[in-house]
Amino acid sequence: MSQNPETPPKFQPSPRFVGTVLARALILLAIFLALTLIFKPARALGPLSLYNYLFPGRERFPYGENPQKSNNMTINDLDTMLASHAASQPKGVDEFRVFIFGDSSVWGTLLANNQTLAGQLNKKGIRTCDGKPVVFYNMAYPTLSLQKDVLFMNRALKLEPDLIVWPMTLESFPGMNPATSPLLSYNRTEAESLFPGIQIPPQANQHLWDSIQAQRRGLADWVRYQLFGVMWAATGVDQDLSQSWKPAERDFEPDNTFNKREPFDLASSLDFNPIVAGLKLAGDTPIIFVNEPILISRGENSDIRYNFFYPRWAYDDYRQALQSKAVANGWNYLDLWDLVPESEFTNSAIHLTPAGEQLLAERIAREIEGRLGCE
Amino acid sequence: MTLQNILIFAILILAYRLLLRRLSRGWVLLVLSCLSVFWLQPALPIRYLDFWLPVGTLALTVFAWAVTAPPEDRSLKNNLPALLVVGGIVVLMGLTRFITQTGLITPGRPPQIFPILAVVLVVGAFTWAVARQKRTNPVLLAGGIILLITLLVVLKYPPLTNWVSGLLREWNGQSAALASPLDIRWLGFSYISFRLIHTLRDRQTGRLPGVSLQEYVNYVIFFPAVTAGPIDRLERFIGDLRKPSNLDSGQFMAGGKRLLAGLFRKFVLADALALIALNATNASQVSSSGWTWVLLYAFAFQIYFDFSGYTDIAIGLGIWLGIVLPENFNRPYLKPNLTQFWNNWHMTLTGWFRAYYFNPLTRAMRSSKKRFPTWFILLFTQVTTMVLIGMWHGITWSFIIWGLWQGVGLFVQNRYSEWAKPRTAGWISQPGWAKTFNALGVFLTFNYLALGWVWFTVPDPAQALQVIGRLFGA
Repeated sequence: MSQNPETPPKFQPSPRFVGTVLARALILLAIFLALTLIFKPARALGPLSLYNYLFPGRERFPYGENPQKSNNMTINDLDTMLASHAASQPKGVDEFRVFIFGDSSVWGTLLANNQTLAGQLNKKGIRTCDGKPVVFYNMAYPTLSLQKDVLFMNRALKLEPDLIVWPMTLESFPGMNPATSPLLSYNRTEAESLFPGIQIPPQANQHLWDSIQAQRRGLADWVRYQLFGVMWAATGVDQDLSQSWKPAERDFEPDNTFNKREPFDLASSLDFNPIVAGLKLAGDTPIIFVNEPILISRGENSDIRYNFFYPRWAYDDYRQALQSKAVANGWNYLDLWDLVPESEFTNSAIHLTPAGEQLLAERIAREIEGRLGCE
Repeated sequence: MTLQNILIFAILILAYRLLLRRLSRGWVLLVLSCLSVFWLQPALPIRYLDFWLPVGTLALTVFAWAVTAPPEDRSLKNNLPALLVVGGIVVLMGLTRFITQTGLITPGRPPQIFPILAVVLVVGAFTWAVARQKRTNPVLLAGGIILLITLLVVLKYPPLTNWVSGLLREWNGQSAALASPLDIRWLGFSYISFRLIHTLRDRQTGRLPGVSLQEYVNYVIFFPAVTAGPIDRLERFIGDLRKPSNLDSGQFMAGGKRLLAGLFRKFVLADALALIALNATNASQVSSSGWTWVLLYAFAFQIYFDFSGYTDIAIGLGIWLGIVLPENFNRPYLKPNLTQFWNNWHMTLTGWFRAYYFNPLTRAMRSSKKRFPTWFILLFTQVTTMVLIGMWHGITWSFIIWGLWQGVGLFVQNRYSEWAKPRTAGWISQPGWAKTFNALGVFLTFNYLALGWVWFTVPDPAQALQVIGRLFGA
């Protein structure tokens, strides 16, 4: 039977042919992976963002454990985070910019954007003496770490803040919290340049394959995060506020330890280097340091502990040390540790209800208005 | 199927077709397909159910073959090897309980080996008993169809699924209070049952070709198509399976292209759109009409790329195996009316319903002693067909309303076309008008379909109604 001239010849691959194809495929794959590792496309894409162009900028940094409900996700690339933030829009000529750094209490766990500290301060419509609107930006991120705040500060200062508000608590100080912020691990090189000698536990991606996976994951996260811009624009939701939560503990065991440590000389082991680094970075931009409110329990064994985080001895030592340091160095410092009543805390010793945030905002607004000095 | 499943299938197929091509295709497919029903079965909270459901699939398939095969094809001598392979794989899967605590290929640790052996022996004995009969038993054919429809109803009607889940949990010594319809997710049963019903019904009408057990099992649980179709026809599938086939360069390229297209559609486009597609959660979050339309369009394209992507993957893998599965989608959203859309969307499912419900019902109503008006026959057959297609996805009010939406839309479009055709025939044939009308038809059809998807993706009809209201600014 004659073969149709248009019929392609039958493909009968020999083992050698198959071997050659596989070898070439592997070489191409290796080249592709090497290029990926050299050029790090996930990092290169970071500064590019659809936010502030196609979608409104986000009012706080991305963080979300339930993306389907929160329309948000956790990203560790600082460029991607910053490029999506509303603060990355060019500063208006008539704008007085205030950046508020901090932890989850400032970021606003269990709070909508208009209920956070920045949101409540913006509602006050504060103006400078020459009539410029004072616009507050939520630059906080929900992990307890002053070093992580400085990382953000290092990037965010190019966005020309006129004032910085920096709330903090004892657990944010280096060595006072056993957990390391993933942001520090992910941005290890930058963290090490800001804090020489810093001890950052090694990340999982120590091997070549992990690094390749991290690049793939980074790229996928960047794409997903940009897509979430649609949901952010459509809903204005960036946190699952429907989640049920357990109120912060008010009754405690007779436990005197701080992070499982028996009483020790806490004051002398407090590391103020992140604050010094922040001040250095800020230069002429004034910073108002705030010792943020904590839950002061009146429950069982509250004579030993203020709350789940802090035994009284540790927190009192910390307050005393921070106050002394602030006075000695002439820092703008507000100690607001007992400003908010016990009833206005939600699921942790530092997370506030909207009413609690309002109290804090009023106090900080008074301070800022006082500093602006307008009659 | 996950990306990992698909890549492993692709590697196995290429390894077989390039390096082990001397092995019989039918037997390789049989082994891979039987293993796949265990491997792809989702893990379930009811103890050992994720083992017994794949066993159920294989048992139903073997029973159905015994019932449908013509007596001359039922010879135990010829089919014993296939029966032993199927039974052997079940026993082999059961034996993996001695290797691992978590399941090697099965999603969990298999149950004790003795119940497995007992089930295999019962299925084998039944098959043998039926195979010995000299005539096809019509009671078994009808009983098989009733059994499959009953199982479909149990799996698709949430209160019933919940009740059965409770019973199974109690039987297993687990808490019935934790029963959920999600407890009983039977891999590919919607497709498998329709393939089985097709063979049972075609045997009743005498149109089914005789096939061996090995061919029949390969048709029903052909692994590239087991999870998401397409729903092939036995005679077409067997035609391909019986043809000698070597992987040539054309097949390799054609299969590879379809596979890559499918992977891109499913894992890039559909999965990306899933982040912004309308669902019950974001339907309550979004407030503006414009953004609701964006989310709805995203869902319309997500469901299309997801489903057509899986079809492409199945067709691509099938081509590499020398089995050309039927097309399921042909640019459905570019069709200018609902009739054309439904002729090009999930074509194998609509073809199945046309063959086994719509056409027989239409014929019965037309030839009925009671004279039904044509419009009524059309309305009744189209609406009930679409409602049944809706219920195939789940027996809930949302899917029933979705079916009504489609059925009424088809009827109205049909009546309008009949009315408009003679009135517009003169000027619609001019090229400019034809294009304009076509574009208008595509726009209207797509938006009608998109509105219908609201019922599909928002499970609560009251909420779906609110979403539709919001789309129009209410």
